[in-house]
Amino acid sequence: MISNLHQILSTLDFPADWVGLRALRESSTYRELRDGLPEVNHRSVDAGVMVEVMVQGQLGYGAVNSFDPARIREAAQQAYAQANAASQWAIHAITPSVRPKVVGHYASPLVKPLNALSPGEINEILARICKLLKQSDAIVRTSALATTQEIDTWFVSSNGSEVHQQFSLIETYYGAIAQEGAQVQKRSNNGMLAHCYQGGWEMFLDDTLWQRVEQIGAQTLALLTAEECPTERTTLVLAPDQMMLQIHESVGHPLELDRILGDERNYAGGSFVTLADFGNLSYGSELMNITFNPTVAGEFASYGFDDIGNPATREYLIKDGVLQRGLGSLESQTRTNVPGVACARASSWNRPPIDRMANLNLEPGTEPAAAIIGDIEHGVYMEANRSWSIDDQRYKFQFGCEYAQRIENGTLTKPLRNPNYRGTTPEFWHSLVRIGAADTWEMYGTPYCGKGEPNQAIRVGHGSPLCAFDGIEVFGGGA
Amino acid sequence: MQQDWESGFEQVAGAIAHSLQNDEQFTLSLVGEHSQFMRVNHARVRQIGSVEDCSVTLQLMGNQRTVSQGFSLTGDAALDQQAAQAAVEELRQELGQVPADPYQVVPSGSAISREVYPGELLPAEAVAATVLEPVQGLDFTGLYAGGQVVRGYADSAGQRHWFATDTFALDYSIFTADGQAVKGALAGNTWDGDTYAAKLAESTLQLDRLAQPPKSIPRGSYRTYLAPAAIADIIAMFSWGGVSEAALQQGDSALALLQRGEKQLSPKFTLEENFSRGAVPRFNDLGEIAPIQLPLIQQGKLVNTLVSSRTAKEYGKESNGASSGEGPRSPVVHPGHLDPAQALHALDTGLYLSNLHYLNWSDRPTGRITGMTRYACFWVEHGEIVAPIENLRFDESLYHCLGDRLVDLTTTVEFIPEVGTYGHRSVGGSWVPGCLVDDFTYTL
Repeated sequence: MISNLHQILSTLDFPADWVGLRALRESSTYRELRDGLPEVNHRSVDAGVMVEVMVQGQLGYGAVNSFDPARIREAAQQAYAQANAASQWAIHAITPSVRPKVVGHYASPLVKPLNALSPGEINEILARICKLLKQSDAIVRTSALATTQEIDTWFVSSNGSEVHQQFSLIETYYGAIAQEGAQVQKRSNNGMLAHCYQGGWEMFLDDTLWQRVEQIGAQTLALLTAEECPTERTTLVLAPDQMMLQIHESVGHPLELDRILGDERNYAGGSFVTLADFGNLSYGSELMNITFNPTVAGEFASYGFDDIGNPATREYLIKDGVLQRGLGSLESQTRTNVPGVACARASSWNRPPIDRMANLNLEPGTEPAAAIIGDIEHGVYMEANRSWSIDDQRYKFQFGCEYAQRIENGTLTKPLRNPNYRGTTPEFWHSLVRIGAADTWEMYGTPYCGKGEPNQAIRVGHGSPLCAFDGIEVFGGGA
Repeated sequence: MQQDWESGFEQVAGAIAHSLQNDEQFTLSLVGEHSQFMRVNHARVRQIGSVEDCSVTLQLMGNQRTVSQGFSLTGDAALDQQAAQAAVEELRQELGQVPADPYQVVPSGSAISREVYPGELLPAEAVAATVLEPVQGLDFTGLYAGGQVVRGYADSAGQRHWFATDTFALDYSIFTADGQAVKGALAGNTWDGDTYAAKLAESTLQLDRLAQPPKSIPRGSYRTYLAPAAIADIIAMFSWGGVSEAALQQGDSALALLQRGEKQLSPKFTLEENFSRGAVPRFNDLGEIAPIQLPLIQQGKLVNTLVSSRTAKEYGKESNGASSGEGPRSPVVHPGHLDPAQALHALDTGLYLSNLHYLNWSDRPTGRITGMTRYACFWVEHGEIVAPIENLRFDESLYHCLGDRLVDLTTTVEFIPEVGTYGHRSVGGSWVPGCLVDDFTYTL
């Protein structure tokens, strides 16, 4: 493929400052069962090429769902014409320095390949999960799904870049709904599709699977008769599967430089963070260390290079609570003079790269879980996201979880249903008072981080330890 | 050069039909677009380009089993037929491996339709100058998306549908220096410079209302006017655990309380599916044609749910042409008796909300929704705008805002275009009035 793209590149005859070709081929499967019966058994192949052309400081793109050289050349010509027509309207004249030469290769770690299980075997596993979840007639719905992707991307450019990346991805979900009269409760394995990883079936079929399925079924039923989450200000302990969402919404998005520059104001929104805040702002307590890290083996959004070829490295965005750098690509860095990361990412061949999260992690502390819970006289523990909403400046949020427990005198006690909490971003992160050790750190992800115009849903990974926050407003459900 | 997807689709469908064996049946759905995108910030071009994309999903059915495969339709007839043949063979092998589906629905209708809506859109090279010259001096941001959008369907029963429309959507915001904004959208089949100028004039007039510093409003309950764009966001929640029959049957709908008669919506609230304006295809993913009009909630009563053929088979219901997701595809909310020109007067004292943002169920079984105010939202006293507000979070039940606390709806409805572009450009939109509500609950 690399040589084919080079061949096409060599035949382009317009006077551009820079040209890049990014090809992508994605083979995916999606299998879902409900109540033990098949809902979907789907596979797909998607392939195409995006050509980026830089003319007088303006990039234009042309994308086509074909590897046919003639069609790609046609897309390149369209990209050139549009860059040319728009160059007098450019928001910021760029140079080829934002597309430096890079040569390299990346491949996801893989133990048990995605084709190691037949469609029949996958359906049998999902059916067994549904059966184990159905622990009583009060369980009115069970579901289980597994989806896989094998993705190849190739990038070549007029200044000599050659990158080939091979991704192997797996996402799984299972959960149940229980109902008695008007009381309805949903419980799942760490929230909707939170189990997103790079690798193969080893990321799903581990020794804990069946015990975990039984636990989820039992907790679904327990929620029916659980007490409502109290309405109070209290110490809130969040499990890593909810911290994932908390990090994503209240740290990741506000630190995106394109939001701060205003590119996203018409859709996803801006940010309460300003350019002057980098290097200065106390974002949270001193326990808060956030890294941008696409180098974690198995984490969902790992890669060797972003989609413009910038090599991926681990960087602190927040160190000891102080804001250090932004989620900004080379383009955003030249527009802002703020340090950024390798985060120019596109959801597929048909969308242009923009500033995105990749793996964004809260680094662990030193405290065992038992010590964190053991020191809390009165509090609430929550896990698994079920509701999320935050304002367009990423300031006022309200999140809900599937499952909670009271913390009484240093012990996790009875379950609580419909747990929610709300707050404002800086106040919340400054209330971080305890942070778990590495053995409490877990990584999850989502394939549905939405942003951009045209819209792009992209894969992100988030790892976090167990965390405790003081004085948080929690409340339950009902009208 | 623009590809002829319609003939390519016909050829692929014909090849698949020809290759069927024994009792096999198929459906074939197509989604495609030639799109021009221009992303704008500060009235300058942030990104510009074009996308040519078309893909099909082939469902193969046999021996009570269903499997499916998606692949690109490139416009190269030989390549596309080769891809289709390979897909049939792979799916045939897989059919023997997946479990039987007792609720399988095979294509059986005889519907055929062809709707083509030509338009007059801006040439790609003219988009930047045409859109941006009139907004110089404004902090204008947004997305222009234009070009042809196509949907197609074919199956082994002989049903055929084709829907093609040349459309554009300009979804924009204009900001003041202190971050307040007015939202606007312009959409249609034909670009008209005069309409654009009029829309901009209306938006810039609204900007004047944002001149004062924003007022901080303490949490609490306030009488609230929700403009049509805000109501459209609330109506969108009916697609997500709302009027779906499957969701109701499986404990996953916010309307279960309404269905069981344990909660009520206002007799002033009527919601229907209405395809009479032709903005979206009437055919669904089984080639079935939805009725032109289907009342869903009539005077506060749930009179119909959206029932797909699969759900109908599972629960012994009648299908009503719903798509497999069972969400409204062309929702219309009936108007009320409030003259929109009198909305501020009727509001008297409270909040005027132009737009909402980031809605989510905070407690789905009880119909409670949380979200944020966004863009031009105002504090109003005695029918006069006092000041724009700092954004507020609301957390409120449908059974209040469209139920016992709904005061009235406006006498006119507005078309709120669906401007989403995840994966591909959306079509259609909703037709909704504004809505006056008592004691709308704000929590942060």
